[in-house]
Amino acid sequence: MPPDLHALDPAASLRAGVRAMLPITVGIAPFGLIAGVAATDAGLGLAEAVGFSVLVLAGAAQLTSLDLIGRDTPVLVVIATALIINLRMLMYSASLAPELSHLSRARRLLGSYWLTDQTYAVTIIRFRDVEQAPVDRFWFYLGSALPLWVVWQLATIGGVVAGGAVPEAIPLGFALPLAFISLLVPSLTDRPAVVAAITAAVVAVVAAPLPANSGMPLAAFIGILVGWVVALRRGRT
Amino acid sequence: MSRVTIAWIVIAVVGVGTYLVRASFLAVADRVAAIPARWRTPLQLIPPAVLAALIAPAVLRPDGALNVVGARPLAALAALGVAWWTRSVLATILVGLAAALGLELLLG
Repeated sequence: MPPDLHALDPAASLRAGVRAMLPITVGIAPFGLIAGVAATDAGLGLAEAVGFSVLVLAGAAQLTSLDLIGRDTPVLVVIATALIINLRMLMYSASLAPELSHLSRARRLLGSYWLTDQTYAVTIIRFRDVEQAPVDRFWFYLGSALPLWVVWQLATIGGVVAGGAVPEAIPLGFALPLAFISLLVPSLTDRPAVVAAITAAVVAVVAAPLPANSGMPLAAFIGILVGWVVALRRGRT
Repeated sequence: MSRVTIAWIVIAVVGVGTYLVRASFLAVADRVAAIPARWRTPLQLIPPAVLAALIAPAVLRPDGALNVVGARPLAALAALGVAWWTRSVLATILVGLAAALGLELLLG
């Protein structure tokens, strides 16, 4: 960590963050549109769609929640499923913590709201890149969060407005697993991750008839365990 | 309970819960140096395992019955290839939807 970290220009750092995130928002927009369409499909309105996008701000959890609500799943099952999906952010929080430990607690608690897959990826890459000019980390972080947040809200609203206009023939419900596929692929970074994914997929398909959607968390749990065993065995050899 | 009521309960509880997960380590960053090494692997395996557990049933048994060679599994395979080569969310969704639409017409 450079000693002059606090002396860096906040405005320039903010702009650098915005620039780093802008190309990624192109990929986020369709995901946000689907979040809006999914709200309409679940029989909900603009307020609920935007409520999800502002207060939950997490694509996979939002889409899955809306899908489950639309199928009249018990509310506790919806909540548990969404929280399990978002548990991955524990990893982002833990990974960013040492990089932002010099910030005030108020700034860290404020910044936590915007911690998403994309903000994490953009900031951790920049913070660890010693080849690039150092930035004020708080303002770079906020700069990267800003365009993502704005595009996410606008796309959600767009999805609610346009949702009814999509022809029936287009299987929009299928866009949900497709969006998840585009998130899955970058997470397959090594053999344990691939083993965890394949195991979870097989168990989830077999366990799909279990009540209360409990096949999903069960499959994820078994997938993580098997992947962990593979990682531990590789570590030993 | 109406769906709107259920939605707001989910928004409130998941919103607060997700914030707490996000803030967990950042809140104590000045006191806790890092996550213990042995917990790093299972945390890193959460995204692939959770996503695969969401995708597979939606693709292979969307209506309950297992269907391995239908339009959707084949379209998902095409989407997987596109995601692998392009890393583009938009391209993955568009190719997957087009493939599903085309294959459903083709296979009947």
